[in-house]
This record gives sequence, C-alpha cells and structure tokens, in this order.
Amino acid sequence: MIRVCSRWFAAFSFLCAAISGARAAGVDFEGQIAPILITSCVPCHGGSKVMGGLRLTTRVGASKVIVPGSPEKSLLWLSIETPAEKTGAMPPGGPQLSKQERDLIRNWILAGAPWPNGVSLEGVKLAGAETASVSRFHDRIVQNTKETQASEMQPYKMAIPGTTVSFEMVPIPAGDFVMGSRDHKDESPPHKVRVDAFWMGKFEVTWDEYRLFMFSRDEGVDAVSRPTRPYVEMSFGMGIEGFPAISMTQHAANKYAEWLSAKTGHFYRLPTEAEWEYACRAGTTTAYSFGDDVSKLGEYAWYSANSGGKYQKIGTKKPNPWGLYDMHGNVMEWTLDQYSTEFYAKSPSGNPWNKSTAPYPQAVRGGSWMDPADQLRCSARVGSDPSWKQQDPQLPKSIWYETDAQGLGFRLVRPLRIPTAEEMDKYWNSGVEKDP
Amino acid sequence: MSQENRRDFIKTTGAVLAAGFPSLVRGAQTANAVKVGLVGCGGRGTGAASQALKADDYAELTAVADVYQDRIDQCLAQLNRVNGAKVKVEAKNQFIGLDAYQKLIESGVDVVLLATPPGFRPGHLRACIEAGKHVFCEKPVAVDAPGVRHVLETAKMAKEKNLSLVAGFCWRYSNYVAATFEQIHSGAIGDIVAYYATYYTSPVKPMPPESTRPAGMSDVEWQIKNWYNFVWLCGDSLVEQAVHSADKVAWAMNDQPPVSCVAVGGRQIPAEGGNIYDHFEVNYLYPKDVRAFLGCRQIDNCWNENSDYILGTKGSCTIGRGPLPRITGEKTWTFEGQKNDMYQHEHDVLFASIRQSKPVNDGERMAYSTLLAMMGRMAAYTGQQITWDQALNSQERIFPDKLEWSGTLAVPPMARPGVTRLL
Repeated sequence: MIRVCSRWFAAFSFLCAAISGARAAGVDFEGQIAPILITSCVPCHGGSKVMGGLRLTTRVGASKVIVPGSPEKSLLWLSIETPAEKTGAMPPGGPQLSKQERDLIRNWILAGAPWPNGVSLEGVKLAGAETASVSRFHDRIVQNTKETQASEMQPYKMAIPGTTVSFEMVPIPAGDFVMGSRDHKDESPPHKVRVDAFWMGKFEVTWDEYRLFMFSRDEGVDAVSRPTRPYVEMSFGMGIEGFPAISMTQHAANKYAEWLSAKTGHFYRLPTEAEWEYACRAGTTTAYSFGDDVSKLGEYAWYSANSGGKYQKIGTKKPNPWGLYDMHGNVMEWTLDQYSTEFYAKSPSGNPWNKSTAPYPQAVRGGSWMDPADQLRCSARVGSDPSWKQQDPQLPKSIWYETDAQGLGFRLVRPLRIPTAEEMDKYWNSGVEKDP
Repeated sequence: MSQENRRDFIKTTGAVLAAGFPSLVRGAQTANAVKVGLVGCGGRGTGAASQALKADDYAELTAVADVYQDRIDQCLAQLNRVNGAKVKVEAKNQFIGLDAYQKLIESGVDVVLLATPPGFRPGHLRACIEAGKHVFCEKPVAVDAPGVRHVLETAKMAKEKNLSLVAGFCWRYSNYVAATFEQIHSGAIGDIVAYYATYYTSPVKPMPPESTRPAGMSDVEWQIKNWYNFVWLCGDSLVEQAVHSADKVAWAMNDQPPVSCVAVGGRQIPAEGGNIYDHFEVNYLYPKDVRAFLGCRQIDNCWNENSDYILGTKGSCTIGRGPLPRITGEKTWTFEGQKNDMYQHEHDVLFASIRQSKPVNDGERMAYSTLLAMMGRMAAYTGQQITWDQALNSQERIFPDKLEWSGTLAVPPMARPGVTRLL
C-alpha cells in the first residue's frame, strides 16, 4: 500500500484502496499498466484534451478501445503495435512503446484488462515524471555548455535545430543597479539589486520561432507540453514573418523556454523582473535607456504615437547601449515574477525573484505598440489581468492564450550559471497556470 | 503604475451596455430564482452557463443535458469552481442522450442555453419555445435551408409568446463593433461599395483517422464525437465559423438580403472520412451592384487573418488587423473606450429582458445570417450562381430525420462543383 501511494504523485486514498483489488487479481495495474497509460496515452486522451473522443483515464473510457481477453480485437493494443511511421500508430509521431511495455499491455488485456472500480487516472502524475524529463534536459545542457566564466560569454546567433529559423543572444555582464523609481507608487522604493551574468535575446521572440513550438511535432522533446490549437488567428492580421509573437500566457512562454532548451541544449527561461530592468537600463539611470527626453522615444521604440495601431518588425528601431532592441515598446514582455506592489520594500538584494503563488497578476515590462510613452519607461510595471482572456468563449479558459492582450510578448535569457534540475523545474513550471 | 491605469491600453473589462438595451437592475425586481438549463456541456456551453449565472443575482443552473456523463461531470466541476453557490444540478436533472434536451425542458427550467453542434439547433429551439422557455441560442442556428425556415417559424412563435431569444452572434453584443457599425450606418464612409471579410485560421477540431475509432462505436456516435467534420452536424466551416463574418456583412447591409452569390471552395487536407471543405471564397451581389467578398480557410502554415474591410464612397473602415476598428477617408474615427465582454453582455441582455418583461428576439436575424453563409456553401458545392430565394427555398435536408445513438449513418461524399446539384 505504501509503495502504491508513493508512486503516484497525486494518488488519492480511495485510489490506493481500490488498487489493492487489482493486485489481488494478479495483474499489477498500478505498478505496470497505469504508468504506461499516464505517460504515453493520457496526455492526449484525458484532461481537456480528448483526442478522437477517447478518454483513457477511466475504465468506461478505456473500454471503447479494449476487448477484454482479446488484444487482437483491441484498438489500444493494435495501435501501439503499429510501427511509428504507419497511419494509426500510437503514440502519434513515435517513438513506439518498448516491446516490454507492449507485452505488458497485451498480457493485461489477455487477463481481462482489470481496472479497479472507481479509479480514474485523470490529473494523476507519476511521481518524478516531470522532473525525470527535466533532469534529462539538465544533463544534456550540462554536457553541452562550454562557457563557465563571464569572460567566455560571446554574442551568438543560433538556428533552432532542424530549422532555418535563428535567434540571437547578447551577453549581459553581472552587476549592480538601482531598481525602481520613486515617482511611481508601484515602482517604489528604488532599491539596489545585484544580478548575475546572463545572455538575453537581442530581439523579442518572433512568430517564426514561436510557431515552430506551436505547430510542429518533433521527437525528443515530447515531454514538453505544447499549446492547443488557437480558435482565432493569433497574429490578428498584424504580420508573422519577422514580427513578434503575441498573446501567449506566461505558462506558454515558460514552456517555449523549456522546449527551446530541450532543442538546443542550452538553458533558457524568462527573465526575472530585476534582470529585465537591469538589461533595459543597460547602465543608465534615466527614465529610458537613452535619457529622459520623451521626444526621442520614436527613434527607439514603437508605441501608441508611431505604431500605426499594430506591432512592427523586430529590430527596426535603435538598440539600447547593450545592443538590445525593442526593450521599450513594440510588445511588452513577460517576466517570471508575481506582480506585487509590496515586494520592492522587502526584496532581497541578490537576484531577486518574487515567485508566483497566484495566477494573477504576473509582472510584465516594457510597454507595447498600443501604450503611451510613460508605460515604456525602464522601471514601469504592469500586472496581468483575467480580462486578457476575455475573448475566450470557453470554460475552462485556455492556459495558453491571452487573446485580448495583443501587445504582449516575451524574450528569453540564458543565465551563465546552469541551475540544478530542481531549479529548472521551478523556472519552467509556475504551478499557477490555471485560472482561478 | 497602478492596475487602474493599466486599462488605458489593454482596453477591456466592465459591462458597457450598448444603447437600446435595457440595463440590468440586479435583484431589484424580484427574488425569484431564474432556473437555467444547459444543453451541450462542452467548453462553449460551460462558458455560456458561467455567463448566465453571472448575469442575474438569482440565476441558478438546475439542469444539464449532453450525450456523455463525463462531459457533464467536467462541466459541473468547472462551474462549481467559478460559481458554486449557483450550481444546483441534482443527479436526477443530469440528462444523457439524444433526447436529453426534452427531459431538461420538462424539468422546470425557465431559460435554456443551446450549445450543442448546430445541426440539432432547429429541433431543440422549437421544443424550447413550444414549452415557453426563454433561450440563448448559439450560432449557427441550422445546417440546411429547411432548418433555417423552421427557425424562422420558431422565432415568430417566440415573438407571439413574448419569449426572449438571444443569439450567440457575439459581435452584435460587442460595444466596439456596434459603435463601428453605428458610424457606418450614420454615413461615416458614405455608401458602402464593397465589403471584404477574411476568416483565415488553422484547422478546428480535425478529424482523427478512422483507425482510431473505438471498436463497436456506432456511426452516429463517431460522427457526433467529431461533429465539426460533418456537414449534417456543423454545416461546414463557412457556416460554423466564418458565419461570424457573414453576420457582420449582413449587419453592414442593414440585414437586407443579397441578390445572389457565386463561390469557390474545396478541400486540401485529407478528409479522413469527414465531408466538409477547408476553404471557401464567396462573392455576394447586393442591390445597386454592391459587392461583398468572404474568404475563409482552415489550413496550417498559411496567411492567417480575421478582418473586415469595408469600402465606402467617402472612406473605408477596417475591423481587425489590430485590436481597434478604424475609419479613414473624409472622416477619421477610431473606437475609444473600454471594450466590453461581449459573451457576458449577451447574457446580461437576455436576463434583463426576462426580468423586465421586454423580450429580445434575435430569431429572424440569426436565421438570415446563417442562411447568408449557407448560400455561399450552396454556391461553392454546386459551382452555380445561387440567388437568395433559391437558398431560402432549398428543399435539401442535410440533417437526418431520424437519429439513433447506436444507428448507422452513411456519410455523403464531399460536394463536387459541377456535379453536386442544389435540391
């Protein structure tokens, strides 16, 4: 019993009680069958995704593809036996389940496919499943990363593996700065902060990059969950090639970072608010990284006065002193932090990060093409709001899209110091992605 | 920067009531509960139910209907999370099956929310109105012309019975789109010359391969599960999705019908046993040689856009390609103010009309907007020019007369221009 409960991350007591019955029948449903279903089937056949109308989380649901005693008549077994490249193979796009796993399913069906009464695999996670994939990514990142010293950090341009789409990163040295501004309540008090070295995206993430994550399916990074298909056209006709991606949730941006890390073997994540403001200021102490003169803003930024009512191609205005484009304007950018008006007063001085404990508000920076100049200042802050999903007609609301936030995008950072697998897990999984 | 200032640039929140609709006086008139029943417990139905419960202090959900218990379970779990105190659905009022709507109507509800696949809509709507229920009716409202005519009759019955009938053509309840059409109707761009509407998106609910069909699942169940891929259930992509664009064209034309239309359409993505097209382009002819063009496509990796371009003798108007509609020409205009939540507003209007005994009836309009999209489908399917009268009087019944959950149901082949005839 104890073993049963410890293996299932979200196991409920009734589940454990019920499962002992299945074990008594001589088939290890909990130990052998459920883990296969949870790992390989339920991601598409459970929860809010019920592909092909099939829900493999309950006995009733599973009975639609299982003929107890007859694997050869059971679609479940037939489709996992189909080689990955053939039509109807499951999981789609491979890799095929191992021979051992397929045999387990076969023997289970031969034994009558016993499924304990009342047991649902809905929302059940295998203990360590998430961290297993994260630690796989972590190991690869550690092996792959050559730079260990700040002196080794160079700007670089890299194609996303398997594609011709590339992105550029700029080294940002470690340093101190004064974060905030005394002129605005939610930017006070100004306080000294130190951040470690990192690379930062030279540009905002474009649709060219983000759409690879939204639409393509590739092996090796299957463990990273991907956005559902959008119901509406997400660029809102404002342009795709060379234009910034918009209207994604913070969760979606986090998963993009995880996906990109898995693809490239480098660790990427959203910046903290402190890292973002530090990079935006680029050593300056003025309202904007070019000074306090708002009349110059149009040389550096797309905002309400010059954007023509839409976002513009990335990198078409002047960069800041550290070579970062569009930190002011074009699209506002996600950070990792929970937006809080109290945090600055109690912020630690080294690498502060106000970890999220609630879905709203999350901190967003930089202002956008639809914002007035004031909102583009280095220290200006904004909190995300449920109304950003107002256009979503469905319930539950999507965890992937902020359909009404058409000025919202992001860029990524890559810290010099590679975090532990546990830390990576925290960066990529806020745990508050679902609306209340 | 406070959260309030935030609203300057992401203009959202707040229910701004459009002119002409009675405003809602919350709980002032009566403490009597308004009992709501939901037919179709998918994501949209669940969303509609949450909006209904928010629209009136005394609205409560008392009955639900679907073809699957697990759908009902998920729907109620969601609603319990967001508005638990108003969810009062006893087990005996959870109805399952193709006749579940009838049982729900008989369970003593006052308002019914219709959110199943659209093929069922004419029958469900008639049953509601006959039983004296107020209705929120999702778009589109039929999949064939007999269905449209049936809905037109039902709309008249609703009027005679003083019942409210609010349609899910949501843009009509959007304050900023309403303000835009108010500008157009007051002559801001002169007389309309042409209208170009786009609805280019990714595929919606693609058909899974036949090999994934569970053993023993009937044709009817399999098709309902994958309803978006069958004309008898969804009316095709033009009628199910791009109908929003057709509705805005109708709005611009003051809901007067076109003379005729021609259209092209077809399918590039393997249909996997479904029979809908994945692209259409319709050219409508209106009186005085005014033209309206409607293009829609649901294919990945293409130019995507959902916009409206309205050309007039004195200027033009663009809705889309940016969050705010704008008019340029002799007069320039942009919507200023906060966008309302149009989905919530639909229900605010419905419940206020019930409270104040001032019935709203979108029935005729919703039927004609549906037919406007449908005549484009007819023109594309047949390859012929189709007049409004031909469309309205078409005798083709696409929705089956008899339907059994375990029944067999052959899927007619996909339409072929030049071969397929309009009946």
